[in-house]
Amino acid sequence: MDNVLQMVWLIPFLPLIGFLINGLGRNSLSKRMSGIIGSGVILFSFLLSLYVFFNVKGGNSHLAHYFNLIDINSFTIGFDFQIDALSSLFLLIITGVGFLIHVYSTAYMHEEDGKDYAKYFAYLNLFVFSMLLLVMGGNYVILFIGWEGVGLCSYLLIGYWFKNVNYTNAAKKAFVMNRIGDLGFLLAVFWLLSKLGTTNFADVFANLSKLSATDITGITLLLFVGATGKSAQIPLFTWLPDAMAGPTPVSALIHAATMVTAGIYMIARSNVLYNLAPLTQQIIMWVGLATALLAATIALKQNDIKKVLAYSTVSQLGFMFLALGTGNYIAAVFHVMTHAFFKALLFLGSGSVIHGMHHEQDINNMGGLKSKMKITYITFFIGCLAIAGIPPLSGFFSKDSILIGAFEHNKVVYAIALFTACLTAFYMFRLLFITFNGKFRGTEKQWNHLHESPSAMTIPLIILAVLSAIAGFVNIPALFGGSESLTHFLSPVIQQTHQTTLSHTTEYMLMGGAVVLILAVILWAYIKFKNYEPKEETSAFGKTLENKWYVDELYNSILVKPLQAIAAFFNTIVEKKGIDGVVNGVGKAVNYGSRQIRLLQSGQIGNYVLLMVLGILVLFIIQLFF
Amino acid sequence: MEIRWYIGLAVALFSIGVMGVLTRRNAIIVFMCIELMLNAVNLLLVAFSKMHALSPVGLTNPSVVSNAQIFVFFIMVVAAAEVAVGLAIIVMMYRNTHVVDINFLNRLKN
Repeated sequence: MDNVLQMVWLIPFLPLIGFLINGLGRNSLSKRMSGIIGSGVILFSFLLSLYVFFNVKGGNSHLAHYFNLIDINSFTIGFDFQIDALSSLFLLIITGVGFLIHVYSTAYMHEEDGKDYAKYFAYLNLFVFSMLLLVMGGNYVILFIGWEGVGLCSYLLIGYWFKNVNYTNAAKKAFVMNRIGDLGFLLAVFWLLSKLGTTNFADVFANLSKLSATDITGITLLLFVGATGKSAQIPLFTWLPDAMAGPTPVSALIHAATMVTAGIYMIARSNVLYNLAPLTQQIIMWVGLATALLAATIALKQNDIKKVLAYSTVSQLGFMFLALGTGNYIAAVFHVMTHAFFKALLFLGSGSVIHGMHHEQDINNMGGLKSKMKITYITFFIGCLAIAGIPPLSGFFSKDSILIGAFEHNKVVYAIALFTACLTAFYMFRLLFITFNGKFRGTEKQWNHLHESPSAMTIPLIILAVLSAIAGFVNIPALFGGSESLTHFLSPVIQQTHQTTLSHTTEYMLMGGAVVLILAVILWAYIKFKNYEPKEETSAFGKTLENKWYVDELYNSILVKPLQAIAAFFNTIVEKKGIDGVVNGVGKAVNYGSRQIRLLQSGQIGNYVLLMVLGILVLFIIQLFF
Repeated sequence: MEIRWYIGLAVALFSIGVMGVLTRRNAIIVFMCIELMLNAVNLLLVAFSKMHALSPVGLTNPSVVSNAQIFVFFIMVVAAAEVAVGLAIIVMMYRNTHVVDINFLNRLKN
C-alpha cells in the first residue's frame, strides 16, 4: 500500500509536466517531439493507473494526504487524493482512452503549424491533469479544482481554432453554461462546510446524521445543478452540441468520454448522500429521462455527423442520470465506462471520415464511404452496434442494467427509456447508412481524394472497437452465469440501493423484447436509408426536430435577449447618461464656471481696486448691521 | 475738540484717497492717494489714543494709549519704505514704457 501512496501523485503530475513542456517549448519543439511528449506522459500515467488499479482491486482504499490547501481555525482542507475502486476505474478510463486519443491526434492534427500543434497537446495534457485531479480528489474542494480545470480546458479546446468567430462563441457558450452549474456546486460545498466543517468525502459521509433532511435535499440538488452544467442535462445541455466546434479528438475525449461524465462520477461518489434524498433522486431520474428522450429525438434529424454524435452523447448521459436517479449507481458507472469506449470510437471514426473528406461534416455530401474506408467503416459499425445495445457488445450489458433498474422503479419510466433506446439505434444506424452506404453524393474531387486514414488513427479505432465489443464482459449479470465483477469491485465505495428482485424469466423477456425491438428498428433504418437521397424537410415536426426543438431560440428569447436588453439599458442609459453624465457634468461645470470667473481677471487695476473697496464696504455693512 | 471732528476729517481724507485710487490713472497720483488713506488711518489712531489717554480705560491701562502711537510710527515707517519701493517701480516703469498710466499696464493678461 505504501508503494501506491508514494507514486499516485505522479499520475496527475506527469500530464502537468507534459503541459508545461509543450506549452513553454511550443516555439522550439518539433511536431514529432510534442506529439511524443504529449502522448508519452499519458501512457506513463496509464501504466501507473494500471498498477494502482491492481493494487486496489482487493478492496483497498486509501487517502493520500500531501499538504493543507486551506488551514484556518475552524476547518482544514487538505490536498488529498482518494484512491479507491471508483477513482481507479475512472483513472483507467481517462488515461487509457486519453492515450488512444492523443495518439490519434498526432495524425489528425498534422496539418497544424508546429506552434499550434504543441499548443493543442499542451491543452490536452492540461485537460487530462485536471480530469485526474477531479477523480482523484479526496474532498469536494479538490474535486472542484479539477472540475473548474476541465471546464477551462474544454473552453480552450472548443475555441482552439479561435480565428473563427462561431467557434469562439461556442467556446464562450460552453464556459458560461458550465459556470451556471458550477455556482450550484460551489454553493453545495459552502453549505457542507458551514454545516459539517469538512469537505472530505469520508468525513462527510460519516457525519450525515448531523444534517437535517432539508440540508441533504438542498445540498444534493445544488450538486446536481453542477452536474447538469458539466454533464449537459436539461436545462443546460445546449452547449454540448455547439462544443463540436473543437477538433474531433477533443470532442471524443472531453465531450464524450471523460469530462461530461464528471457529473456522474460526482453523484456516484456522493451516493451515500443521494440515498438519503429521495426527492433529489426523483428529480435526477426525470431530468435524465427527459434529456435522454429530447436529445435522442433531436439526433434523428441532424445532418452534421458530429452533431448527431453530440446529441447521442447528451442522450446517453441522460441514461446515466436515469440510472443514478433510480439508485442504480453501478449501472451508471458501468455505462460511463462502456460509453467512453464506444462513443470515443464513434467520434474518432467520424474524425476519420472528416479527415478523409477534407473537413466535410455534412452527411448529405457523403455516402458509400465503406468501399474506400474499410477500417473506419467496420469499427464505426461495431460502435453503432455497441451503442444500440446489441448483445454481446458492451452497450447491451450497461444499457440493459439501466433499463432493468428503471423497470423495477417505474414502468412508465421504463417504457420511455426503452423507446429512447430504440431511437438511439435508429439515429445511429441512420448515420451509419447515410454515411457509408448508398452512393457518394459529394464532388468528384472529394471522391478522388478520399482515402483511409493513417495507422496512427486506425489503430486507436481498432483498439477502441475491441474494447467496445468486449468491455461488457466485466459485469455480466448473474442471469447469464456471470460473476458481476464490476459490481463487486465497486461495492466498497458504492452503496447500491437498487437490488434486482425480478425473476429470471421476466428479465429474459425484458432483454429479449428490447433486443428484438432494437433489431427491428435497425432493419427499418436500413431499408429507409440504404439508398438515401437528401431532401428538404417538409413536415412541421421534422422541422422542429431539425431545429433542435428551438431550445436555443427559446433560451435566446427568454434569457439572452432580455439580458442583452438590460445590458443595453445599463450601457446607454445608466452608464452613458447617468454615470458618464455626472462625471462629465462635473468637468463641464468646472470648465464653464472657470471661463465665466476668468472674466473678472480683466487686468485692469482699477477694477480690482473697485472690487476690493466694494468688498470692504460689504464687510462693513455686515459688521454694522448683522 | 470733540473726537467726531477728527473722525470726520479722517473719513473725508480716506474717501478722497479711495476715490483717487478708483478714478485716477496716473500711477503717481494713485500712489499719493494711497498715502492719503494711510495717513487718514494714522490720524484716527492718534485721535483715539489721545481720547483714551484721559479716559478710565487709558488710566488703568496706559499701554492702550502708547500702543496706538507706536502703531502709527510703524505705519509711517512702512509707508516710507513703500514710497521708496513704489516710486522706484514707477521710475523703472517710466523708463521702459514712457507712460505711467496704470490702465496701460495690463500686459500680464493672457
